Amino acid sequence: MAQIQLEVVTPSGAVVSEDVDIVTAPGVGGEFGVLANHAPFLSTIKTGTLTFKKDRVAKYLMVTGGFTEVSNNKITFLVEGAEFGNDIDVERAMQAKERAEKRLTQAQQSTEKVNRVRAEAALQRAMARLRTAEMSHS
Amino acid sequence: MPGLKDVKDKISGVKKTAQITKAMNMVASAKLRGAQEKMERFRPYAGKFAEAMSDLSGGMESTDLPLMEVREVKSVEIVVVTSDRGLCGSFNANIIKEAEKLKRKYEAEGKQVSVVTVGKKGMQALKKTGTLRKSFNDIMGSFQMFNAREISQDITEAFLAGESDQVDIIYGKFISVGVQRPEVEELLPIKPVASEEDVPQETTGATGSYTYEPDPNEIMEVLLPLYLNVQIYHAMLEVGASEHAARMTAMDNATKACKDMITDLTQLYNKARQAAVTGELMDIVGGAEALK
Repeated sequence: MAQIQLEVVTPSGAVVSEDVDIVTAPGVGGEFGVLANHAPFLSTIKTGTLTFKKDRVAKYLMVTGGFTEVSNNKITFLVEGAEFGNDIDVERAMQAKERAEKRLTQAQQSTEKVNRVRAEAALQRAMARLRTAEMSHS
Repeated sequence: MPGLKDVKDKISGVKKTAQITKAMNMVASAKLRGAQEKMERFRPYAGKFAEAMSDLSGGMESTDLPLMEVREVKSVEIVVVTSDRGLCGSFNANIIKEAEKLKRKYEAEGKQVSVVTVGKKGMQALKKTGTLRKSFNDIMGSFQMFNAREISQDITEAFLAGESDQVDIIYGKFISVGVQRPEVEELLPIKPVASEEDVPQETTGATGSYTYEPDPNEIMEVLLPLYLNVQIYHAMLEVGASEHAARMTAMDNATKACKDMITDLTQLYNKARQAAVTGELMDIVGGAEALK
């Protein structure tokens, strides 16, 4: 099967750099899949799970916001954070989720918009972590 | 002439100081290596980001994005990035001096200036001016992207609320281990990034050949705040590396000064001791002479 070169780059270095069969990513406009020889493409990424398959083995990566670029049979993700599902500390993510939920209810009562936005983002990250961990363990 | 014991005490004191400065020098050099590695790891991300930004903004005509809005500048915000800790020579002082100069310049132009500091040293020095709006302390030790994001969110809010019409950042740029220079850059409004070389690449003019999802304008809306994070993170990385380099040099100088002092003091000690020995000999000889 024709392969596509996948690269996931974060501010603290490259996380993935290998040839894969298929990449599925959480685009802002919904999830999308990319196969080899995809047309040039640029999209923003929201916090969620990035999946890639190689030799029928799927790997799951939790990514936070950024964007992706496809060109010359290469897909590059520029994201602020990326973690493999297997490396995720589920317990910590659970705690983070609870914390974010609590903060969110607090923020909804007050008028401060900022805190709400931040709490929402934190909640999204925590949920994405949990989902990604779950996917890679099943 | 100082007593023998005083000199001896002083020598051992200076020796201890030399030990400490030597250790600090070594710690700083290890940390500098870490900071440089961190910069190295960040480079691909930053490079790729700038590339995409220039690709995108090149294809854009309208700049109705709020973060790119150029307004008449009535108030300027200066973000001053320094280290949290001292003992690194004139590194922080230089940044602060430069920040004050910039502030005076803007004030002379009749603009209102507010200051945001990152790092404790800047906060301590600039809080007296009464224009400090916010400070982020104790994060320079081991900062991550989310620290930069917090700062960029804060200054973005002020910019979007119209409290500032322009935001500058000033930080210590790492040139080499021996040289660090204060550097001023404009953060907001974000200017369209010109591509570094105007050589027609495969992708130039090819903005049309990309499929955008969603459309370029909306992508930019997401990208611009991220770009701001990148710039602030970059400034923090530079300051991180510069701080350790400056401390290395400062501690090296201190160790050298200590060694010089020890040499001088040892000479003084030897002279004092010799004088005492000579004096005692004279006494003995004098006493023996008297007994004859």
